[in-house]
Amino acid sequence: MPSQTRETPADPRFLAQYQPLPGVPDELVDASGAMRPAWAGLIAHLSSLTTAEIDEAFARGDQHLADSGVFFRNYGDTSGAGRDWPFRAVPIILPEAEWQGIETGLIQRADLLEQVVADLYGPNRLIAEGHLPARLITQSPEWLRPMVGVRPRSGHFLHFIAFEIGRGPDGGWWVLSDRTDAPSGAGFALENRVAASRVFPDLYARSNVHRLAGFFRSFRDALEQQRLDPQSRLGILTPGPLTDTYYEQAYIARYLGMTLLEGEDLTVENGQLRVRTVEGLAPVDVLWRRMDGIWADPLELREDSQLGTPGLLSALRQGQVSMVNALGVGVLETQALMAFLPKIAQVLTGQKLQIPNVATWWCGQKAELAHVQANAARMMIGPANATRMPFDTSTAHAIGGQMRGGDDADLHSWLTDNAEGLVGKELVTLSTTPVYENGSLLPRPMTLRVFLARTASGWQVMPGGFARIGASTDTAAISMRNGGSVADVWIVSDTPVAATTMLAPPTADFKRAKAGPLPSRAADNLFWLGRYIERTEGLLRLVRGYNSRLDEAATAPLRETLRARLKAYGVDADEAFPVGLMSTLGSAVQSASQIRDRFSTDGWAALKDMQKSMARIAKTAEPGNDAAQVASVMLRKIAGFSGLVHENMYRAAGWQFLTIGRSLERAAMMADLLAVVADPKSAIGGLDLAIEVGDSVMVHRQRYAVFTSRESVIDLLALDKTNPRSIRFHLNVIRKRVNDLGAGPAAEQAQGFAAQVVALQAALTAQTVDSLDSAALRDLHGQILGLSTALHATFMQ
Amino acid sequence: MIYDVKLRIAYKYASPAVGGRHLACLLPLNDVDQTVQSASLLIQPAPTERLDRLDFFGNQVTEFSFRAPHDGVRLTLQARVSRSAPPPAIAASARMADLPQLLKQCRDVGSQSPLHCLSASLRVPLDPALTRFARAQVQPGHSVADTVLAVGQALHDHMEFDAAATTVDTPAAEAFAQARGVCQDFSHIMIAGLRGIGIPAGYVSGFLRTQPPPGKLRLEGADAMHAWVRAWCGPALGWLEFDPTNACYCGQDHIVVARGRDYADVAPIKGTMRISGSQKSSQAVDVIPVAG
Repeated sequence: MPSQTRETPADPRFLAQYQPLPGVPDELVDASGAMRPAWAGLIAHLSSLTTAEIDEAFARGDQHLADSGVFFRNYGDTSGAGRDWPFRAVPIILPEAEWQGIETGLIQRADLLEQVVADLYGPNRLIAEGHLPARLITQSPEWLRPMVGVRPRSGHFLHFIAFEIGRGPDGGWWVLSDRTDAPSGAGFALENRVAASRVFPDLYARSNVHRLAGFFRSFRDALEQQRLDPQSRLGILTPGPLTDTYYEQAYIARYLGMTLLEGEDLTVENGQLRVRTVEGLAPVDVLWRRMDGIWADPLELREDSQLGTPGLLSALRQGQVSMVNALGVGVLETQALMAFLPKIAQVLTGQKLQIPNVATWWCGQKAELAHVQANAARMMIGPANATRMPFDTSTAHAIGGQMRGGDDADLHSWLTDNAEGLVGKELVTLSTTPVYENGSLLPRPMTLRVFLARTASGWQVMPGGFARIGASTDTAAISMRNGGSVADVWIVSDTPVAATTMLAPPTADFKRAKAGPLPSRAADNLFWLGRYIERTEGLLRLVRGYNSRLDEAATAPLRETLRARLKAYGVDADEAFPVGLMSTLGSAVQSASQIRDRFSTDGWAALKDMQKSMARIAKTAEPGNDAAQVASVMLRKIAGFSGLVHENMYRAAGWQFLTIGRSLERAAMMADLLAVVADPKSAIGGLDLAIEVGDSVMVHRQRYAVFTSRESVIDLLALDKTNPRSIRFHLNVIRKRVNDLGAGPAAEQAQGFAAQVVALQAALTAQTVDSLDSAALRDLHGQILGLSTALHATFMQ
Repeated sequence: MIYDVKLRIAYKYASPAVGGRHLACLLPLNDVDQTVQSASLLIQPAPTERLDRLDFFGNQVTEFSFRAPHDGVRLTLQARVSRSAPPPAIAASARMADLPQLLKQCRDVGSQSPLHCLSASLRVPLDPALTRFARAQVQPGHSVADTVLAVGQALHDHMEFDAAATTVDTPAAEAFAQARGVCQDFSHIMIAGLRGIGIPAGYVSGFLRTQPPPGKLRLEGADAMHAWVRAWCGPALGWLEFDPTNACYCGQDHIVVARGRDYADVAPIKGTMRISGSQKSSQAVDVIPVAG
């Protein structure tokens, strides 16, 4: 009696209004319209809240995601911007018993795929015996010929994979897609979970939801066990910041304590894979690959790859590095393979697939082609070699019998002409799950992404965490690129579950982890972050100085001087809030975005906030006092950022490079300005401007006199040891930071650079206020900038 | 025929390279019709690492790398190769009509399988114009080998050899449109055309005899490394090698270095060095008969 079960006391508001689609299975209610028991707690909780309370709770989740800077980038977007993470607060809830069935079925599939790929790179029995057409494999761009015959060092090809699954009309689960090469999303699952637990803190705590941390802990342990050299680092190989899931890669690197590496960070020496660090080359012998295989080595794979590491395949062939997953396993993602897997399962294991994959026909066979031609209306037709999702419709050529992209070719003959290259896949009606919109729950199609990790005790399955939800009731719009969204997935037990964390169990011995050497690229980005932030600050001070004098006719010559200084840095003084200033800050953000794994969430948020404020201010600022005032506001924000960084950042090599960058830029800008104002022929007021820009008006008044002289200004801003705006002060800072670097393992590298710093310090010490004239200052400026070049030559090769 | 082959390749950098890793594919192949009696590849300056091995297609490749700064690389190949060339058994070729079925039945994914060379590859995308050109040469009743010969001959007639018209990166379709190019262009165009009409076709790199036998014309492409095409004509005949630049079957004047799907598989030198400036390269080849 559906009407009765609907009227349970807990659900007057939400369940009564909820209208699943006719003929489509739903996660919240069953075919009879009754609520599935696992959802009772959530529905009761939601119903106990007012609309305002729900909004407030959901805002907490969004706030968490905004604070942690979770973003998703569209392919091809090079702006570095990225979209907000499209999170839906209502989780999908599955009972433990049903989940166990999914686990067993997917583990069976994972084992099967391991056997298939080992055969494809080994004896090729499946092809020789006719279970798999040879052409399917030879035409796949993901079957990497240089890897044929190469056994993975670990003994296994697959270590971390994902399956996209959906519930079909009969209520059973279907595998829609095998993500075996470099699946993304596990880090997003963690963020989903944190966000969902912020939205429903009490409910989450008492709902017996299986935790995710145990899965990651086991996976990290498994990676550590693969190391031959216990001193070597675990690395994550990323395609870099322009990839759509870079945020997630940086996040998971931080979470697991792994080093995020780009192809350029790596080099191969005597068959061994090494990281270029500020301490020289350091070994890495386990690499979790998040880069598609074909880009990994420009010498042997795609020669046009800018992302790869020359020689990587050689290291793999020599068994010197373990790759997770092995290079070449992307061939398993070939869409047409699904047509043959059910049969292969029987051949290799004698068993049926416990969870079937979506019905697939490869048109390269006569009977199959005829079947697809006859049933095209119920199919999605796409490239046989594609490795994308069946519902990521950008790869489909025809859906439901209609050609896409305005192509009016006759489908039947088009299929015949291109048969070898095409697969037909049954159009799947996916189950729906409730999303909260405008005060009520609405059904939307969903798929689950389930992650599996190989551990010493076999495959482990991440309990939930990640679902993709369609933007409308149309299953074709489920991709996030098409406006779809994501949600957490809760696997709930009838009994309390163990709370695990990534922290070591209390019984384990306390071990202080050794900080790994800083990759040169990261050092470079931190150095430039320091320089660009400081340059932004210096330019803001000049802009303020210019605008605050705009109403004074007598300062016209000095304004010309300022205009010329600003112009040298690409800043147009006539703009109230110059574009050149924003692009300088943009460069700082760009540098920071390359090292998200080493940069605190708060620091990143402060930087982005600064950028947003600048963009806002730039629209309304008026030249003159108004511009001077907004420059002051921005200077306070920069001070906030610098405070955050310097109060909170761990004093390791990264901080040293950031600080060196900052001091170098400050010293260089000061030398540049002093060289101009110290010239006796320069505009009147320049010396006052210099102490204003150098934030030293008060101290000048205390130590010298009310009126500035060339001597007093040079003494205070160039030669003073204690003024944090003077050149000498910052050369001393650089020296100290280099000494710190030199006290560590990078001693050898630091020596040469340190010698150059010491020489410059000595030269400055020998100067007096008289000898340090305009020409000497200009020379000093050049030498300070020369340190930047020397730093690169020393640490960044 | 026995030949002494000498090849010198030199790269000169405007500013020193900090390091670099390369893959050379220069040593002649040991094969049924070709025996390498001796071969050496000298690399100067001496590389920090060097590893000689076979690649997927059975070609001899040399990995080498430098860690010290260097301002150029010189490679010197010296080899003595005995080459025989029985005339191809053209009559054994499969018929065009039977080729699709033969390929469907093929369960070979080894190095010599025709299936590697059936569809587009990195440097040879299929192109409608090239497919049309090849299709226009197909005559009723022709065997696969006849078709290969017809396409190669037609291409030779259409194209003019012009070393200045293209670069190593010019796409085949572009070279075809301007009807000019070098052996790499001739070969890529022919490969794309043959694949377009369903004939497996691959790329062969090698050397030509420098001076022709008395009374014969000097072959085009003898001044540098050469390239030609091989096409699969069914299981009985197997691979047939044809040189579209000179419109001839490959015989004892052609010495094979490597076989692959296209240039990218067999490029003589691959690899990047960390340099900031430009580089210049030069190549010189001598292929001299030592005995009949």
